[in-house]
Amino acid sequence: MIWDYFISPFAEFAFMRRALAGAVILAISAGPVGVFLMFRRMSLAGDAMSHAILPGAAAGFLVSGLAIVPMTLGGFAAGLIVALLAGLVSRLTAQREDTSLAAFYLISLALGVLLVSLKGSNVDLMHVLFGTVLALNDDALILIGGVATVSLVGLALIWRPLFAECLDPTFLSSVSRAGQRVHLIFLALVVLNLVGGFQALGTLLAVGLMMLPAAAARFWVRSLEAVVGLAVLMGVASAYLGLLLSYHWSAASGPAIILVAGAIYLGSLVFGRRGLLFSRTRPLRHRIA
Amino acid sequence: MKNLLASRSGQTILRRLVRPTAIGLGFALAASPALAAEVNVVASFSILGDLVQQVGGEHVAVTVIVGPNADTHVYEPKPADAVSLAGADLFVVNGLGFEGWMERLVEATGYAGQVVVVSDSIVTHAMAEEGAAHEEEGHDHGETDPHAWQDLQNGVVYVRAIAEALCSVDRGSCADFTANADAYAAKLVALDADIKARLADVPEAKRKVITTHDAFDYFGTAYGVTFLAPEGISTDAEPSASDVARLIRQIKADGVTALFVENMSDGRLVQQIGDETGVTLGGELFADALSEADGPAATYLDMFKHNADLLIPAMGGK
Repeated sequence: MIWDYFISPFAEFAFMRRALAGAVILAISAGPVGVFLMFRRMSLAGDAMSHAILPGAAAGFLVSGLAIVPMTLGGFAAGLIVALLAGLVSRLTAQREDTSLAAFYLISLALGVLLVSLKGSNVDLMHVLFGTVLALNDDALILIGGVATVSLVGLALIWRPLFAECLDPTFLSSVSRAGQRVHLIFLALVVLNLVGGFQALGTLLAVGLMMLPAAAARFWVRSLEAVVGLAVLMGVASAYLGLLLSYHWSAASGPAIILVAGAIYLGSLVFGRRGLLFSRTRPLRHRIA
Repeated sequence: MKNLLASRSGQTILRRLVRPTAIGLGFALAASPALAAEVNVVASFSILGDLVQQVGGEHVAVTVIVGPNADTHVYEPKPADAVSLAGADLFVVNGLGFEGWMERLVEATGYAGQVVVVSDSIVTHAMAEEGAAHEEEGHDHGETDPHAWQDLQNGVVYVRAIAEALCSVDRGSCADFTANADAYAAKLVALDADIKARLADVPEAKRKVITTHDAFDYFGTAYGVTFLAPEGISTDAEPSASDVARLIRQIKADGVTALFVENMSDGRLVQQIGDETGVTLGGELFADALSEADGPAATYLDMFKHNADLLIPAMGGK
């Protein structure tokens, strides 16, 4: 019974195993990146960046057709350029980075839509650019695996300075010029995760698995390491439960995974140690006592 | 824009602009004044464009709005389409909700000419709902399945409707239109008989095909083939895991050997299903659009032949 419900879909179908593998790897890879985005108050940057990669991916498609490598490289390049330009403007002028990022991602998005429509009205390009978790082939799995490897190693290398900068953004810039470099490497990792996620899983899934577990984990624990660990766990659980939901209740797979992550977030918001129910009542009781 | 298109002088300017488009498509090779009497026809998508060309011959200049390999379901009209339409004598559409943008386009351009709905006199199908694969998905077409041209007998109906409409705008060439339509309809009927004869050899149980898009219901009914599609009738519905799982079980249980992708769809999902069931992909079918001129399905007749030649052997026929 329990076997039938929880295990047999994956035992019976290879596409379910592949979907689970892809979504779990993405959760492990994107979760920590999402946590840092949150601590750096860039929670919406992931979403903005997800639009920014479109022209690059479209250009890759126009040049060499449906091939995963050129589209990924193109998307990565476009996302990186937008991130760099946004950062540059915020350093050279008084404009804040969120504003310049908004400006550049909109330009990039418009360019992307234009490029897509150049190919005639071949709408399927949007499908091609943004895959579905149920159709992960070997190439896509290798891509997600590669992205996860680079992302985790990269994050480990810049963990300490990134952590320090989260606590006190002025600290690093006062002791060295490493802060900028760390910031850029971090942005590159964000783009990398998004690009890998899109190709294989679709926009919603890529950004969703990045931000929702991070936001949910924050309601339970305080330290960075704990938030990262919990976010990854929550992401993995969302992937697994979402696919089960999609299998048993005929729900579209990508949204199902994200809705599970969303439910975990809402649950954490209400019942988490630092959530609505407990963080407000506790100080009150203290005051009465 | 609306005002400009509605004004008389605007229309003459626009007519001149339309010509180069038609030339670009390779239909009207000379827009010289000597040929000024030809009928300007705008067809909504590539298959109708071909049919109009077959019937109209040298008397028509055809402009196609949704070109080869493009998806008519979700097409967004461009200003150039409005320009073409404003200069047209005849607008040929499939109808049955296939061109969801058509009414808006006609309204926006102020096109006052005849709109020919070629599917007007065919027996329509309700949307296929029995394929368990798409019971919960919404679809774009309302209640009827618009892909009527996937039955050659309906192709004949289309051709007749086009001939009649062309006659109404160009009486002088009516004899030619009728003759062309008769000759072309004879070809369609011959191919229809040929396909039916070839399929007669395939046992009923083997006549099952998996495709990426529910566009072959008319084909299925006409020739006795069951089509199963993992995605719903609309090209942009996202499938659920249970849809895909059910389809895989069905392929294994029924021994389906015919697995196809369609020219406009993302083949990755079908590829995945093929890998999982050990069925080799049969090739690319053309459903809602023709191929480019140098492709395997540049005309309606070629498209049908191409599809039949792929489908029948995959089901074990010849």
